[in-house]
Amino acid sequence: MKRRATILLGSAFVALAALAFASPRVVAADKIDPVADARAFENFFFQKFPNVKHEDFVNGPYSMNGDMKRQWQEKEEFPPYEFALDAGKEMFSTPFKNGKSYADCFPNGGIGIRQNYPYFDEKEGKVVTLELALNRCREANGEAPYSYVKDEMASLTAYMAFTSRGKPMDIKIPDDPRALAAFDNGKRYFYTRRGQMNFSCASCHVQSPGERIRAEILAPALGILNAMPIYRSEWSGMGTTSRRFITCNSQTRAVPLEPQADEYRDVEYFLSYVANGLPISGPGARP
Amino acid sequence: MKRSLPLVMLLALSLAPPVRAATEADYKTAYAAAEAASREAAGLRHQWTTTVSTLAAARKAADGGDFDRAFAAAKEAEALAKASIFQATSEKEAWKAMEIR
Repeated sequence: MKRRATILLGSAFVALAALAFASPRVVAADKIDPVADARAFENFFFQKFPNVKHEDFVNGPYSMNGDMKRQWQEKEEFPPYEFALDAGKEMFSTPFKNGKSYADCFPNGGIGIRQNYPYFDEKEGKVVTLELALNRCREANGEAPYSYVKDEMASLTAYMAFTSRGKPMDIKIPDDPRALAAFDNGKRYFYTRRGQMNFSCASCHVQSPGERIRAEILAPALGILNAMPIYRSEWSGMGTTSRRFITCNSQTRAVPLEPQADEYRDVEYFLSYVANGLPISGPGARP
Repeated sequence: MKRSLPLVMLLALSLAPPVRAATEADYKTAYAAAEAASREAAGLRHQWTTTVSTLAAARKAADGGDFDRAFAAAKEAEALAKASIFQATSEKEAWKAMEIR
C-alpha cells in the first residue's frame, strides 16, 4: 500500500514538474516577438543550406542549384527585365499633369528607399507597401491608379528596386500593438494551409526549397521578396509582389484575395522583416 | 443454397426504389445548399477555385436542361465548400505546427 502511494506521489511530482517546465514555453510561443521570429527564420535556412552564402538567398532558386545559377548569371548580361527598368525610369521622371512627380511623394525623392518598404503607418494603423504608396501618390496627384499586378506598376517598382540594389532590407516594427498584430497576422497567413491542394506558403518555400515542383526549383522563403518585382518566363512578362501572391494562391486552388488586401500587406511585412539585413536584388528574373 | 442466392438478389433488386432522374427542384435545393456553404467559405477567406468552377458547371448544366449533371455538380460543390470550411476552421490552430521556432 505504502509502495503504491509512493509511486502515485512520484508520478504526480513528475507531472507537475513537466507542467512547470512546459508552461513558460506555451506563454513564450503565444507572445509576439518579431526579433526572435526573424532569428529563428534565418537560422532555419542557414542550417538547412550551410553552403549557401547568406546574401545569396535573395537569388531564390539560383541559390539552390549551381547549373541554374550559371545560366542566370549569363542571362543577367542582357536581363529580360531591362525594358521594364527603362520604362520605369522614364515613368518615374515624367511629371504628373499637375506638374508634381513621384519624387514629391517619397523620402529622398524615391531613390534608394525600396529597402524600407513595406512600413507600418501609425496614422492609418496598417501596413503600407511600395505598390500601395505609388498608387496613393498617383491618386493624390489626380492620376488614375495602376493595376497592382503588372505592366506600369512592375516597371515603376523595378526602377525603384534598382536604385536600392545591394542595400540591406531594413523593415521597422514600431512599438505599437497594431504593428505587432500586423506582423503576427502576416506570419499566420504565411503558415496557413489553403486551397484544395492544402498548401501553405511554407509548404513550398520552407519545407521544400531547392526541390522541384514539376519543372521548377522552389525558392527559399528567406529573402524571397528582395528580388521583387520579377520577370518570369512563365508569365512572359513582369510581375509585382501582388501578382506573386495571387499566382501562389491560384496554384494551390485557393481563390486569391484582392490585390493589397490586408492579409497580403501583412504577409509582405512579415516576409520582408525576417529578411532584414539581406540585400535588395530586384528587379529579378525567374524561370 | 446456391439457387437461393440469385433469387434473394432478384428480390432485393425488385424492392429497391427505382433510380429516377434529378428534377429541377432537386437541383435547386442542392444548388442553394452549395451556394450557402460557398458563401460561408468566402466569408472565411478560404474559398477554393474548384468550388467556384463546380458551381458554375452546375449552373451551366441546369441552363442546358441536364438536371442530373447539374444536381451532381451542385452536390460536389457543396462537398468542396464544406471541406474548405473545415480547412479554415482547423487551420486557425493547425498553422502553428508548421511555424519555424
